Amino acid sequence: MSQENIQFPEPLLQEVAREIAKFPEGKQKSALLSVLHIAQAHFGYLSEPVMDYVARLLHILPIEVYEVATFYSMYDTKPVGKVKLEVCRTGPCMIEGAENIVSYIENKLGIKDGETTADGIFTLKTVECLGACGYAPMLQAGEKFHEHLTEAKVDELIEQYRKNPTANYLGL
Amino acid sequence: MDRKLLLEHIGVEGIHTHDVYRKNGGYNAVEKALKSMSPDDIVEEVKKSGLRGRGGAGFPTGMKWSFIAKPEGVPRHFLCNADESEPGTFKDRYLMEKIPHLLIEGMILSSYALGCNQSYIYIRGEYMYVLQILERAIAEAYANGWLGKNIKGSGFDLDLAVSTGAGAYICGEETALIESLEGKRGNPRIKPPFPAVKGLWDRPTVVNNVETIAAVVPIVNEGGDAYAQIGIGRSTGTKLISASGNVNKPGVYEITMGITVEEFIYSDKYLGGMKNGKKLKACVPGGSSVPILPHYLVCKTATGEDRLMTYESLADGGFATGSMLGSGGFIVYDEDQCIVRNTWNFSRFYHHESCGQCSPCREGTGWMEKVLHRLEYGHGKMEDIDLLWDIQRKIEGNTICPLGDAAAWPVAAAIRHFREEFEWHVKEPKLCMTKNYGLVTEKLFETVNA
Repeated sequence: MSQENIQFPEPLLQEVAREIAKFPEGKQKSALLSVLHIAQAHFGYLSEPVMDYVARLLHILPIEVYEVATFYSMYDTKPVGKVKLEVCRTGPCMIEGAENIVSYIENKLGIKDGETTADGIFTLKTVECLGACGYAPMLQAGEKFHEHLTEAKVDELIEQYRKNPTANYLGL
Repeated sequence: MDRKLLLEHIGVEGIHTHDVYRKNGGYNAVEKALKSMSPDDIVEEVKKSGLRGRGGAGFPTGMKWSFIAKPEGVPRHFLCNADESEPGTFKDRYLMEKIPHLLIEGMILSSYALGCNQSYIYIRGEYMYVLQILERAIAEAYANGWLGKNIKGSGFDLDLAVSTGAGAYICGEETALIESLEGKRGNPRIKPPFPAVKGLWDRPTVVNNVETIAAVVPIVNEGGDAYAQIGIGRSTGTKLISASGNVNKPGVYEITMGITVEEFIYSDKYLGGMKNGKKLKACVPGGSSVPILPHYLVCKTATGEDRLMTYESLADGGFATGSMLGSGGFIVYDEDQCIVRNTWNFSRFYHHESCGQCSPCREGTGWMEKVLHRLEYGHGKMEDIDLLWDIQRKIEGNTICPLGDAAAWPVAAAIRHFREEFEWHVKEPKLCMTKNYGLVTEKLFETVNA
């Protein structure tokens, strides 16, 4: 992506303005985390030029964006697939079989934890507790929760997202 | 006896919408408060109710509120901590998803009591779909005159917005939450100054958990005294418990404080007993940070009393033989589960989530994860068990925020109660590696029950 191409379309600029308006004047930096979510959903990941663009939008220094983008686990500063399959691996999910779900996906897609399929559709990631412990095992695809996973359910999900990768976003 | 104060109307079709919520008595507390109560009256009722923080620490809410500084001309802020991330805990998500207006009503009451005109709900980034539910509910509340300028002609103004995190357990710590809401990394601040004096944008700030804020609604409706009559001793009211693990009916339950742990696990009204008829091996009653209890200390205390679902009873015996109510993240383990593996899993979590500011936590959580990994995978030595004990002791109490303690306690408790299982991993690594946890625990059961 070159510098010039990095620009939100009008509806997203309005979305950014709405996030900034939640805070008192001069406190627009508070909207940073939300704006980074919007940027990541739109541009796919947070490249340096994208982060610089966000810095300009919020009138803050690029370093202030970099340090936040690298601290929080939901932000990707490297390219990822169109659909991130994030499988919860923490205690309650583990005892309900999260490890089996991870290896099932690894075998099915031919990728390891952290890798992306050659067609660029799926990235597999293990993540820490997503607050669905009673409905384990579970994974998050983009912004959607999928609970009580079985191998059959994983097959279905992968099928569905392969056909329609953008279905993992809730939409604004 | 069995009261539902928060989830009473949870089964009503459309309760997530303003109109249905209102028809079921919603916003009556706001109407009552704005018409007939001063802000100090509400603080007084909350004090009388005995309500304690539902996020984990259990600090009296009324007292926390009374600490807020009120310098002339400086705005104050009220924040809702919806950064629910403690493993085993999913009650706040349930409440916000099913009955979002209850939280909004609690936010209005609390903000009025504290004199705050700009309040925020900080929600973890992974709960993006819940954020959308909240935003729709907030828009409805504005449209119906419960938010905005001069609410219902009272002269009280309140703006409420939701802001999001992006994947960081540490932001559930209140000063880290404030840093994050300022658009920064979630590094906890050194206290003092406390948020009540210098919080969001250096202004006086109070941060409360979702469930705590929701509980203010029944307290205003029915009065603090009536609320305090429910429960036992200093554990008043009801508590949301999110249950997971090897039980028949995991999920979110609103319990009256004071029911027995035995009833909660085994009765059909709650968890319906152990799945597949297995034996109970252990229980973590309040989220991953609190000490694990071995089966013989789950339903009874060390002195043989019934263990109750209260702050005091779950802590009975201190860390030697007790645990904590914590966030109410109730995780149940059956005889097939490996305690070493579970402890390694939790240590990996804390290592991943340490913000890195304090050396004991940043380095110590990593060391614990490594040592536990080699024990679990059959490369451990006997000395490793004492080494682990030593590391956790050096983390506890030596960090800016409680994440260090939270990382240390599960390791300490696992060694305290399951030392023999750790030793088994050193003595019989192959046996423990073949996933034959049942055999290992069977052995433990024999020794314990002998």
